[in-house]
Amino acid sequence: QLSLFRVTAKRLFSTSHSSVDSKEMKKFQPLAHKWWDEEGEYSALHSMNDIRVPFIRDTLLSMSSNYHLGSPLSGLKILDVGCGGGLLSEPLGRLGASVTGIDPLEDNIRTADQHKSFDPVLAKRIQYKSSSLEEIVEESMETFDVIVASEVVEHVADLEMFIKCCSQVLKPEGSLFITTINKTQLSYVLGIVVAEKIMGIVPEGTHEWEKFVPPEELERLLESNGFSVKTVNGMLYNPLSGSWSWVESTSVNYAMHAVKSAARGQSSLTEALSEMEKEPSSAMAGTAV
Amino acid sequence: TSAAMAAVRRVGALAPLRGRLRVPARSVAAVASPPLYDVVVSGGGMVGSAMAAVLGHNIHFHDKKIALLEAGPRKEYDCMPDSYSNRVSSISPGSATLLSSFGAWDHVRSLRLKPFRRMQVWDACSEAMIVFEKDDLDDMGYIVENDVIMSALTKQLDAVADRVEVFYGSRAVSYTWPLSSHSCDTSPWVQIELADGRRLQTKLLIGADGHNSVVRKEAEIKNIEHRYDQSAVVATLHLSEATDNNVAWQRFLPTGPIALLPLSDTASSLVWSTSHEHASELLAMDEESFVDSINSAFWSNVNHSDFIDTAGALFRSAISLLKPSGTGIRQLPPSIAKVDPESRAMFPLGMGHATEYVQHRVALIGDAAHRVHPLAGQGVNLGFGDIACLAHHLSTAAFSGSDLGSLKHLLKFETERQRHNVSLIAAIDVLKRLYSTRLMPLVLLRTWGLQATNALPPVKVRI
Repeated sequence: QLSLFRVTAKRLFSTSHSSVDSKEMKKFQPLAHKWWDEEGEYSALHSMNDIRVPFIRDTLLSMSSNYHLGSPLSGLKILDVGCGGGLLSEPLGRLGASVTGIDPLEDNIRTADQHKSFDPVLAKRIQYKSSSLEEIVEESMETFDVIVASEVVEHVADLEMFIKCCSQVLKPEGSLFITTINKTQLSYVLGIVVAEKIMGIVPEGTHEWEKFVPPEELERLLESNGFSVKTVNGMLYNPLSGSWSWVESTSVNYAMHAVKSAARGQSSLTEALSEMEKEPSSAMAGTAV
Repeated sequence: TSAAMAAVRRVGALAPLRGRLRVPARSVAAVASPPLYDVVVSGGGMVGSAMAAVLGHNIHFHDKKIALLEAGPRKEYDCMPDSYSNRVSSISPGSATLLSSFGAWDHVRSLRLKPFRRMQVWDACSEAMIVFEKDDLDDMGYIVENDVIMSALTKQLDAVADRVEVFYGSRAVSYTWPLSSHSCDTSPWVQIELADGRRLQTKLLIGADGHNSVVRKEAEIKNIEHRYDQSAVVATLHLSEATDNNVAWQRFLPTGPIALLPLSDTASSLVWSTSHEHASELLAMDEESFVDSINSAFWSNVNHSDFIDTAGALFRSAISLLKPSGTGIRQLPPSIAKVDPESRAMFPLGMGHATEYVQHRVALIGDAAHRVHPLAGQGVNLGFGDIACLAHHLSTAAFSGSDLGSLKHLLKFETERQRHNVSLIAAIDVLKRLYSTRLMPLVLLRTWGLQATNALPPVKVRI
């Protein structure tokens, strides 16, 4: 009966259809004040900063010609979707960016606001808002230089809509960074059985294997919604050392960097090139019998 | 279903409103809080000043606020006096590299320093000797007056005055540590109160306040310490005749090691570690007797015994069979003609090692973390090594947007430095005790040990 109700609601309220899954929100509610305990439930996310922040920083530096190593992300407007307690927003703010952090769970935003309030520099650079992505689309069209959605897409209700919204609030040629979990046998064993049930690296019930996203599917969704995927890197967590590292294989965790295509009417060089590549092959397909 | 739909609409409409109506939690920090620094270094000696200067010159600290607290007044070093100061340090090539990384070494060079190429260490109770020198005849190290180093550091601190604020005449009287890292209600920073009532807050406190470190005591970090029954006598000496003077000399007397560190072609600095009573005697006696004592300490063989001499000679011929070049040429130390008046001074010696170098938002460097006997000339070099390591980790942390006071990278610094320091500190302590005796078996042991070490290149290189 519940599912029927949901389907009905979906059809009638398609305009306010949300990427936020309320079941997911309930999972994070009890842990809302535990974000900043570096040794607590979120310790793996804290140590993930050691690789995801340099990844974001270096990718953006390589795309820019004008930066200062003392404040490498200065001048960039970054949207941190699903910011939680602000674990990723704060380092990005410290590197000079203007960060907007959004999270549907109010308690998370409260924790994040309180934590940043003691540092006057961060308090000015970061703004938190309790909101879903769709709710800010209207007022933030093409506003951000960068969007980071780290450990988020495996929790959203409608991934394609999520990506469409990202595209709407991102400036042309802006960057989208996603880190998430692959949907493989290995990710079930390591990501759910070991991480949740055996070692307690992640609180039990945090993840549902069904919602994990294979990189191929993520790439397909991104490419068909105006993004060009630039980088895919595998990530691995070592529970003994409590640290993350980059690996070849994307079987468990991975990070992706995609760039929104240039404004319509001014196709970027890469688009023009890919247009040219397509033509000869279609011509050849015509001649092959 | 219409009722259900209405219910959904109501809940949906209220949710965002509820969020907006709620009063945001008032931040505790809003009420006139003391100025917040990214790093505060407590202690403006050679190590503290160098730490502040290194961070101030680091590109990733370009936007950060650093403070250096020094209890003493600001000293002007514009003119170096003609006479040498009696407090000198032996600076290793590694330390020289650190100092040149932020432009301080050039200042040192432009003032004065004495490179030495060779170090000869020998025993008073036997002929055993060990010589250290680099194969390529490069400088092994430099003898530099502490005032010269401070002058160079002060200049480089002035150069980054927009980033590093130096508080002279400021002694910290109390430190308040933040509660556990994830408690949200109170300030997460370290609170510092100065003697004049001023207050500061900082994300990271670096204790460089010497072997009686207040930071260490207030942080309740246990310190393993031991007072040696020795004092060091220092003085500036003039040689009988001018010489190249590029050798550092150290002779282990039963009462303690006596060292001659070159300052120029005609002058050397004395560091004589001996019993408290003997040290007081040395300070009290007239200049002529003082000079005689020094020459006698270096030249006299009164402590030799025939047995040891024979045993030593036998061992030496055994070595020369196996390794012909393994015995080395014995050079003779210079003789002293006179001592600079007013340059004699003494200070007590001890050893110390902090069981922890770091805590949440606190790090110890230099003598605050470890104190050694001057016999190995390592003291300030260990401190500079601490600086290089800590600055490296803080630089990476800053470039990754991390919280500077986080234990994660502070522990990496602690592990690296303890691994390096502990064995060296222990070895220096063992050497000190081994050489403080006339007991036959131990003299024999160290005689043979020294001769063997002198013959074995791998061991010597490590030292």
